[in-house]
Amino acid sequence: MITKKEVQHVAKLARLGLSEKEIEKMQKELSVILEYIDLLKEVDVSEIKPTFHSVLIENVMREDEAKRESPQIINKLLDEAPSKEEGYVKVKEILK
Amino acid sequence: MEVEFLTISKIHQGLLKKEFSAEELTRTYLEKIKSNEEKLGAFLEVCEDLALSQAREVDELIFQGREIPLLAGVPCAIKDNILVRGIKCTAGSKILENYVAPYDATCIKKLKKEKVVILGKTNLDEFAMGSSTEHSAFKITRNPHDLEKVAGGSSGGSAAAVGGGECCFSLGSDTGGSIRQPAAFCGVVGLKPTYGAVSRYGLIAFASSLDQIGPITKNIEDCEIVFNAIKGKDPRDSTSVEANLKSQIFRGPHSASSGMGQESNLKSITKISNLRVGIPKEYFGEGIDKRIREMIEEAIKKIEKEGAKIEEISLPHTKYALACYYIVATSEASANLARYDGIRYGMSYEISNLKSQISNLMDVYLKTRGEGFGQEVKRRIMLGTYALSAGYYEAYYLRAQKVRTLIKQDFEKNFEKVDFILTPVSPFLPFKIGEKIDDPLKMYLSDIFTVSSNLAGVPALSLPCGKVGELPVGVQIIGKPFSEPAIFQLGKFLEKIFGK
Repeated sequence: MITKKEVQHVAKLARLGLSEKEIEKMQKELSVILEYIDLLKEVDVSEIKPTFHSVLIENVMREDEAKRESPQIINKLLDEAPSKEEGYVKVKEILK
Repeated sequence: MEVEFLTISKIHQGLLKKEFSAEELTRTYLEKIKSNEEKLGAFLEVCEDLALSQAREVDELIFQGREIPLLAGVPCAIKDNILVRGIKCTAGSKILENYVAPYDATCIKKLKKEKVVILGKTNLDEFAMGSSTEHSAFKITRNPHDLEKVAGGSSGGSAAAVGGGECCFSLGSDTGGSIRQPAAFCGVVGLKPTYGAVSRYGLIAFASSLDQIGPITKNIEDCEIVFNAIKGKDPRDSTSVEANLKSQIFRGPHSASSGMGQESNLKSITKISNLRVGIPKEYFGEGIDKRIREMIEEAIKKIEKEGAKIEEISLPHTKYALACYYIVATSEASANLARYDGIRYGMSYEISNLKSQISNLMDVYLKTRGEGFGQEVKRRIMLGTYALSAGYYEAYYLRAQKVRTLIKQDFEKNFEKVDFILTPVSPFLPFKIGEKIDDPLKMYLSDIFTVSSNLAGVPALSLPCGKVGELPVGVQIIGKPFSEPAIFQLGKFLEKIFGK
């Protein structure tokens, strides 16, 4: 069983603003799901290497070159930002 | 014009013989969408202008007497987590409600080169997380065979659009069954290609080591055509590979590749008695609807009668696949979805609630993500964040990736003795709208037969094999990595013996 405090902690790590009701619901649902996932504990994995990717991929390298995009594309991408000023993306102050 | 039964080659022939123009065909589909959509709900957006301009281009080529590609003028629909330049791409989420794609996904670029007609964007579970399309922030998609039932998910809109005759083919994405299960529910063909066979550039990421884009079509021939059009290595997706596609699975003197006609094709395959098909016993045990089990067993008997060798096999770690999947997929999702922060693009709580008193950056994150994501997405972000967090990483994430190795090895060992593995697609028939929405774990069980292929990276195809009442049932063909051509061969053969 995951505790309410743990749920609040994880929500903060995930940057999810959850209501009090959501936290309660989440606590119940995550507990049920985690209980199911405990099934994995019965597998002996002591000698097993993890598979992070199903196909064998070696490092894929390329030249470290900046590719210039046209101002149109740059503006289009900037236009997607909810808040901007003078061609910059605007955020709340992070240092006082 | 009856568009329901039009396949890609029929459309191609029709255009060449001038039985109809691409514009006429497109208008017919657009009308069909207009009259049908209110009950079906497959589309999130219909892009009439784009479709008509693409169709006119094809008509112009035909008028000039130029050669046209096989897919030219073929009306299709695209799952709304794949970017089409200039068209909204929402991923079924409020957080991307007004996001307009600034570029084309690689698979879209390739389809545009083939001169397809894009009719619109289809509904999905938010960020492709779900098995019924009920987790879309915008609407519910209904099953074209029974409007009270779900279309499956997460590519429910794409599958319903093909099954309901609103387009000729569609693209979906499959992370744990999201192409195959809705294809089975809607009575159409769906392929999850080998991991890396199709570029993921321009696909809104859910779980990057599992996601694959694939076709949803009316038959295997169409599936093969679309797959061949979208596959290939892409410098913009470093996990994509130039597939050395193996077609020679059917060995022996009568190779199935001989002969172009359907008849000779069938003959050559029926003679290859050394085709070995594995039936994993773990897929027929508890939890599967008896009617589905019987239908799949019936299908297996038919294949055996044609001369194939049927072998019972064991994939002993099947039992752990779903638990393993839900750790791997949610962990990757929690990282991938960190980008929706209310700053770079998409919804911002601050901007949409100008009167709000948000004073710091943390609150922008919390409010935007808390408001912008739906319940299922939040649940999965929470689960993934938990599995990756300090103190739990080894117990959950690392352990799951080790179990994944065992699941992959199950396939590798069995593919030494069999050419294909045949299983059901879904343990149950299309279910009632609302039936599983309040029980996440029950909903997750929809994917019990499909997640293993994503974890192992192997290709898997869903093919209709019959109906229980009005409801379609699908059989799943799982092949070795990059054996898609062989899967299509077997699929065409099965289509025949299932009496399609």
